[in-house]
Amino acid sequence: MEHYISLFIRSVFIENMALSAFLGMCTFLAVSKKVQTAIGLGVAVVVVQAITVPVNNLLSTYLLNEGALAWAGLPETDLSFLGLIVYIGVIAAIVQILEMILDKFFPALYQALGIFLPLITVNCAILGGSLFMIQREYDLAESVVYGIGSGFGWALAIVALAGIREKMKYSDVPDGLRGLGITFITVGLMALAFMSFSGVQL
Amino acid sequence: MKSLREYLDHLEPHFEKGGKYEKWYALYEAATTILYTPGYVTRSASHVRDSIDLKRIMIFVWACTFPAMFWGMYNVGLQTVDAMATTGVTELGGMRGWVMALFGAEYSTNVLSSMFIGALYFVPIYATAFIVGGFWEVLFASIRGHEINEGFFVTSILFALILPPDIPLWQVALGISFGVVVAKEVFGGTGKNFLNPALAGRAFLFFAYPGDMSGEVWNVVDGYSGATPLAASAAAAVGTIDYGFTESWWDSFYGFVPGSIGEVSTLMILIGGLLLAYLKIASFRIILAVFVGMVATASLLNWVGSETNAMFEMPWHWHLVTGGFAFGMMFMATDPVSASLTNKGKWYFGFLIGFMCVMIRVVNPAYPEGMMLAILFANLFAPLIDHFVVQANIKRRAKRYVS
Repeated sequence: MEHYISLFIRSVFIENMALSAFLGMCTFLAVSKKVQTAIGLGVAVVVVQAITVPVNNLLSTYLLNEGALAWAGLPETDLSFLGLIVYIGVIAAIVQILEMILDKFFPALYQALGIFLPLITVNCAILGGSLFMIQREYDLAESVVYGIGSGFGWALAIVALAGIREKMKYSDVPDGLRGLGITFITVGLMALAFMSFSGVQL
Repeated sequence: MKSLREYLDHLEPHFEKGGKYEKWYALYEAATTILYTPGYVTRSASHVRDSIDLKRIMIFVWACTFPAMFWGMYNVGLQTVDAMATTGVTELGGMRGWVMALFGAEYSTNVLSSMFIGALYFVPIYATAFIVGGFWEVLFASIRGHEINEGFFVTSILFALILPPDIPLWQVALGISFGVVVAKEVFGGTGKNFLNPALAGRAFLFFAYPGDMSGEVWNVVDGYSGATPLAASAAAAVGTIDYGFTESWWDSFYGFVPGSIGEVSTLMILIGGLLLAYLKIASFRIILAVFVGMVATASLLNWVGSETNAMFEMPWHWHLVTGGFAFGMMFMATDPVSASLTNKGKWYFGFLIGFMCVMIRVVNPAYPEGMMLAILFANLFAPLIDHFVVQANIKRRAKRYVS
C-alpha cells in the first residue's frame, strides 16, 4: 500500500506532467482561462489517463512485448514496434467515447471544452503517460495508480494556472506580452515553485 | 519647509505633459510624495478616507524589518569574529579588510565593532539590491507611465535580508533583477503580480547557484564553514540531537547562530512582525494559520517517526526558530498582494504554507530550508483558494433566495 501511495504522490507532485515534464502544453495554455472549464478538462484528463494507461499496460503485456504472445502459442513474436500506433489508437478510441458521453450527458461542459476535447487525443501528456508507464515497466496495479496520479497532477496544475489567470485580468501586462506570452512566463514561475519537490526520495 | 514646497511647485510644470522632463515625471512624483501628501483629491463618488495608502504601508513594512536587520548585522559581525578566532585568521581579505584597516577598527565581539563588521557585509548587499531594483522600477515606471511604487523598498530589503552574507554581489543584482522584472513588472507592477518578488528572486538564485545559497552558508573566512542548525540536523543520525528547550534553542531564538542575515533572530522578527500585525498591515489570520499548520504538521511527523530520517524528530518549537520560518511567516506570507485576499481563504493559505514548509524540510533531503519554497507554492494556489471561497459564498447566499 505504501508503495502505491508514494507512487501516487510522486506522479502528482514530483514528476508533475505539466510543470516538471512540460507535457501537454498546448491544451494547458489554451484552456486555462477560466477555472470552471479548467476543472472540466482536468477531470476529463484524469478519466482518460485512468483508462488508457492500464489498457495500454494490458496490451503491451499480453500482445506487444517480446514473448507476450506465448499464451497464443507464439513465444518468439515481438510486436513492440507496433507500440506507438497501438497506444495512440487506444487513446483516440477512448477520447471518442468520452466525447460522446459528454455530449449526451454534460452538454455544457462539452460546449466549453469545444475543440480541445478531441485534441486530448494528441495531448502529449496522455501519450507521455503511457510511454512513461512502458519505460518504467509498471505492472497493472501500478499503472492504474500512475494513470490517476499523473492525470491528477496535470489537472491540479491547469486549475491553479486558471486561478492565476483569472486573477491576472486585473494585471497590466505590456502589450507585446499579452495573451500567450505572459502565460508562458506564468507557467515558468509556477514550475519554479514546483521545483520544491524535486529531490524528494520516496 | 515652505521654500521646499515652493521649489517643488516651481519644478512641477517641467515634469508634466509637454514639459522639458516629461519622461522623468515618475521620479519627480516619487520624490514629492515622499516629502508631502499628494495634492490631488477625489472628485467622483464617495471614497473611504484613511491616512494609510500604499506608500505608508510599504514604509511601515520597511521600518518593521529594522529590528531583524540590525540584529542581523550584529550577528554577522559576531559570527565572523568567532570564525576568525577558530581558524586563526587575523584579518579579513579584500575590500572589507581594506575598510577595516582604513578605520583602524578592531576585530572584537563588542556590539559596535561587530555591528561594523556586519555592516561591511550587509550594506553592499542591500545597496546593490536597492540600486538595481530601483533602476528597474524607475525604468518601467517611466516607460510604461505608472507611478514609482514603494514596493521596491520592501522587495529590496526583504530580498537582502534572506540572503546569506557571503553571497557575491553580482548574484544579488541578478536575483533582484529576476524578482522585480519577471515576477513583478511584466505583470504591471506592484499589486498585479501573483508571486512575492523577493522570494521569486531568491528561489531563482537558489536553483541557479545551489552551492552558494543554503546549508553550509558560512565561509566568510577562507577554510571555515559552519552549517546552519537546519543543515546540521538534516545531516545528523536519529536520536543524536537534543530537541528540548536547551541553550542552543535559546541561541537560535535570540539569534546567535549562523544563517541568512535577517532570518537568524526569531525574537527580533517577532517584535517587528507583531507590530506589523498590530498596525493591521500583516494579516493576523495568515500568521496564525501558518503557525498552526506548522505545529500540526510537525507534531504529526513527530508522532509518525522514522528510523532513518532525523528530521522527523524535530519538534515544532525548533521548526519555529530555525531557518527562515519566522521571517517567512511574518514578512513573506503576509504580503497582501500574493496571499489570498478573502478572510476565509487566508486560513487555508496559511495552513498550506505551514504544512508545506515542514514537509519540505523533513521529507526533501535536497533542500534543508523549506519556508521560501512553501510560500511560493502557496502563492500559486492563493487565487484558486479565493475562487472557491467566493463561489462557496455565492452559493450560500443564493440559497437564501431559493423560492
